[in-house]
This record gives sequence, C-alpha cells and structure tokens, in this order.
Amino acid sequence: MSELRALYQEIILEHNKKPRNFRKLDDASRTLEGYNPLCGDHYTLYLKIENDVVVDISFEGAGCAISKASASVMTTMLKGRTKEEAQRMFETFHKLVTGELTDISFETLGKLAAFAGVSEFPARVKCASLAWHTMRNALDAKSEPVSTE
Amino acid sequence: MHTYQDILTSKKSGSGFDPDLIRETFPILKATVHGKKLVYLDNAATTQKPESVIKALDDYYRHLNSNIHRGVHALSEKATEAYEGVRDKARQFINAASNKEIIFLRGTTEGINLVAGSFGRSNVGQGDEVLITGLEHHSNIVPWQMLCNHTGSVLKVAPIDDKGEVILSEFERLIGPKTRIVAIAHVSNALGTVNPVKRMVAIAHAHGIPVLLDGAQAVPHFRIDVRDLDCDFYAFSAHKMYGPTGIGILYGKQSILEAMPPYQGGGDMIRSVTFEKTIFNDLPHKFEAGTPNIADTIGFGAAFDFLNGLDWNAVSHYEHELLTYASEVIGAIPGVRIVGTASDKAGVVSFVMDDVHPHDIGTILDREGIAVRTGHHCAQPVMQRFGIPATVRASFALYNTKEEIDELVRGIYAVKKVFH
Ligand SMILES: Cc1ncc(COP(=O)(O)O)c(C=O)c1O
Repeated sequence: MSELRALYQEIILEHNKKPRNFRKLDDASRTLEGYNPLCGDHYTLYLKIENDVVVDISFEGAGCAISKASASVMTTMLKGRTKEEAQRMFETFHKLVTGELTDISFETLGKLAAFAGVSEFPARVKCASLAWHTMRNALDAKSEPVSTE
Repeated sequence: MHTYQDILTSKKSGSGFDPDLIRETFPILKATVHGKKLVYLDNAATTQKPESVIKALDDYYRHLNSNIHRGVHALSEKATEAYEGVRDKARQFINAASNKEIIFLRGTTEGINLVAGSFGRSNVGQGDEVLITGLEHHSNIVPWQMLCNHTGSVLKVAPIDDKGEVILSEFERLIGPKTRIVAIAHVSNALGTVNPVKRMVAIAHAHGIPVLLDGAQAVPHFRIDVRDLDCDFYAFSAHKMYGPTGIGILYGKQSILEAMPPYQGGGDMIRSVTFEKTIFNDLPHKFEAGTPNIADTIGFGAAFDFLNGLDWNAVSHYEHELLTYASEVIGAIPGVRIVGTASDKAGVVSFVMDDVHPHDIGTILDREGIAVRTGHHCAQPVMQRFGIPATVRASFALYNTKEEIDELVRGIYAVKKVFH
C-alpha cells in the first residue's frame, strides 16, 4: 500500500478532482491533442505564446488521475516560462518519472516531486508524461496529435 | 498434488465439480504478485494452462519433435499422427462433419482474416455489403473494413441496445439483397453478452447469406455444436480455452471451403508445382501453408482432453453461479456501475466507477494481487456506444472462486479508500 500512497499523493488526487486551467483557451496560438490509445486518455492542450514566452496555457479532456493531475500541475508551472525553461522542465519531469533523476535535488522540483512515485509503476509512465509530450510538440509547432504508444 | 482422476471422480458438494481440485492442476494459480496471492480475473484475455497442457508441450519437444507430412522416418510419422489426432479431437469437440472442415491457424484473428481474404475477395464486390454487429472485437471489424476498402463494398453494423444486446429487428432489417456475409461474435469479450447466434444464423440463412461466428469467448464456457448452430464458419483460439497461444481453429463447411481459393501459398498446401502451374492440395491442407505450429497444436490436444474430462453440466452451473454472484456483489458497491447487462451473459463483468478512471482502478487492484483488464478491450466501438473511454473487466474461468470475487470487492473498496 505504501507504493500506492507514493503514487496517489494528495496533490495528485486533489489536482485530479479539481484540475487547474481546465478550459478552452479561445485565443490560443497553439492547440494540440494528446492521447494514449491503450487506456483512452485524451486531452487537448492550448498554449498562448508571445515572444517565446508561455503567457497562457490550459487543457481539456478526460483520462486517469495520473494523466489529468500531471496535465493540471504542468499548466500551473509553465505559465510565464520561456520555451527554453519549459523544455528543461520537460526533461527534468521525464527523468523523474522514469527513475533517472540523479543530478537534481528534490527541493528544486517543487510540485513536480509529487510524481516521483510514478517511476515505481512503469505501466503508468505514459500516463504521467502524456501532457508533457503534447506540450513539447506544441512548442515545436508540430500539428500531428501526440500518441504515447 | 491430486491426480486428474481425483478430479473426475470428485463429487464434492454433489455438484460433480470441485474448483479447489481443479485449481491444483493449474500451477500458476499458486503464484504471488506484489507479495499477495494471485487472483487471476483476466481470463477473457487468456486463460491459464493446466499441468497436462504444459506437459504435452514439453513432451513433444523432448520425444516427438520433427516436421510433419513430409518424412518417412519414425518421428515424423509419429508427429504427423499426433498432429492429425488433434484435428480429430477438434472435430469431435465442435461436432463438425469432417476433419476436412478443421483448419489449424494462429487463432481467431487469423481465422477471420482467412475468411475475409479468401471467401471475401471472391464473393464480395463493389457495392456489396458485409454485416457485423455493434459489439464486435476489433478482429471481427478490421479484416472486414480492409475487405471493404479493397473491393468497394460497404460495412453495415447492427446496433446494440443499452443492455448490450444486439437489436434483432435491426439486424434482420440490415440483411438485404446486397449482403454477402454476416460476421457475429458468439460471446462479446467486452460485455459478456451471449448473442442468440442460432437464431441469427437462421435469419441470415433465410436470406441465403452465410454466417461466420467469432467463438473466441464462447469455447471456454460452453459446448459448441457447429452443425446444430448451422453456422458456415466458426473461429476460435486455443489460448482462451486453457490451451497454448499461437494456435486456433477455423471451422468451415466443406462445400464452402472447397470453393474458396487458398489464403497463403507455400509448402504443404500443394499437390504438385511446376513453374507453369500449381495444383492445390485437398482440404484442409489447402489452407495450411508452411510448417504449422506443431507443438502448440499438440498442446491444444491436451486442452481438449482437459475439457472433455469435465462434467459440463456441473461446470456450466458453477460458472453461472460465479457470474451471478460477481454481478450481484460488484453491482452492489456504491458508485459502481456494471456495463453490459444482457439477459444472457458469460464470463464477464465490465464496470466503471464514479470519479475513478479504470486505469487507476487497475493499478490499485494489481497491487492487491488482482489481475483484471482495464481499457477498451479491443472493442472501441462498444466503448463509444456507452459513451465511456474504458471499463474495468473481471472475467472468469472455471478455476475462479467466490472467495476471489470477494477479494475483488475488497480491492474495489481499497480503490475507494485511495480516492476517498
Ligand atoms: C471476441 C473475440 N474475438 C476475437 C479475439 C481475437 O483472438 P486472438 O487474439 O486469439 O486471435 C478475441 C480475443 O481477444 C476475442 O475476445
């Protein structure tokens, strides 16, 4: 049960219940879909980018608690960040959930630390990283929907 | 360890069937996962294998291995005899008229692809129609879609109602002058619905249309009589009926199979070959190109023996009790909704929970040692019909017990606790 508790942290459960920035962004400059065909997680991510800065970000859709909380936390952390910062945060997050994070102390992770437990559940890594992959492709101005299969 | 004979003669609780004794013959059921006793409720994906099937595979490679239908040497003759002996067991098992009607192939999927590729391409043309139902597995959808794309024919779908039953009046209405073949699951893997296939075959035949039945989920649960059903094709997989993976059967009526062109070319399926012309072999070999999956076929034979050794009235009664019990206790959990409530069901309870996604439920149950399937179950149109992305599916085999269903219920309460 303790590994489960580590996966389903309060922060995750809370963001799952009340996702932040959970709406359509009417003046988005980038819109991209991400989905996980295996479990049916399906989100649309909206980004408003001005001068390489994420001035607004939101998402809509449905999926498991891990994917939804991850998307929600991500939106709260990226607002106001530059594209480069967002890219670096993606890399940190990816290492965190795949258990490869060694070079950064947990204090610098902020809310991302809630996702440390995911690395014990290899089948759930795709859930946790779906929104992040979608965000990265959107930043790269890709238009193909992101699939984590 | 109890012997097989113990099981056959066991009359515990007067039912002629004792799940505890049966469990002893399935070695994997003693396994633990995450430190918990394994509760295996993913039988619709694949069933576990009894000792006798595992031993048959081992024995084949130890004592019999050689290619079949080719050598005059002793091993080859013995292996050929064993392989063809399984064909005979299969014929008896489904009550086919002739061994020529039993084609070995990889499984249900390949069987349906064979019919779509061979029968379909020679009988379904531009503007013609193929009729399936709204509860099919992807393997009884996609081969027909591919056929339709290739030939310019049209895929028609008989809808299902809110209980997950095919609406028979719609099914009948959709059979028209352009329908060339009807393909129906005997039992739905996502919902557990048992289709009234005998009636559906009769309806299609009244219009002169042949019918393929996808029996993947039916064979583990009840005795199949293809002549009584009067279906034209019946496809099923060994691995869902306690046999090995990688082997299955396509049954087809001899007259129809005779008229169909081969599906694949190669060794074994020919009588003579020159560069100008090939004369094809007789049934069933015409459809078995190349060295077949000999070992798993022989393992399949052991699975037939296993099933033939059981008292099927007792097994059916027991499985029905399990399903009824599971439906009651799972359905009674607040916030849980069972998807698929057909009046005739087999082996499956699919459900969703308020506010908790099936994938999260699956992860938490797994940590309790409980194996269920979560997702769309290769039946995305079924999910779309019910407006849900996925379900949790608990599916049962004859070795499951009420205690295991109680474990599942405890597991679901553990999920609720995490998500409070
Ligand atoms: C109803 C149904 N049809 C077809 C199949 C495909 O069987 P296989 O993967 O063994 O070819 C399955 C198995 O998942 C099934 O449940």
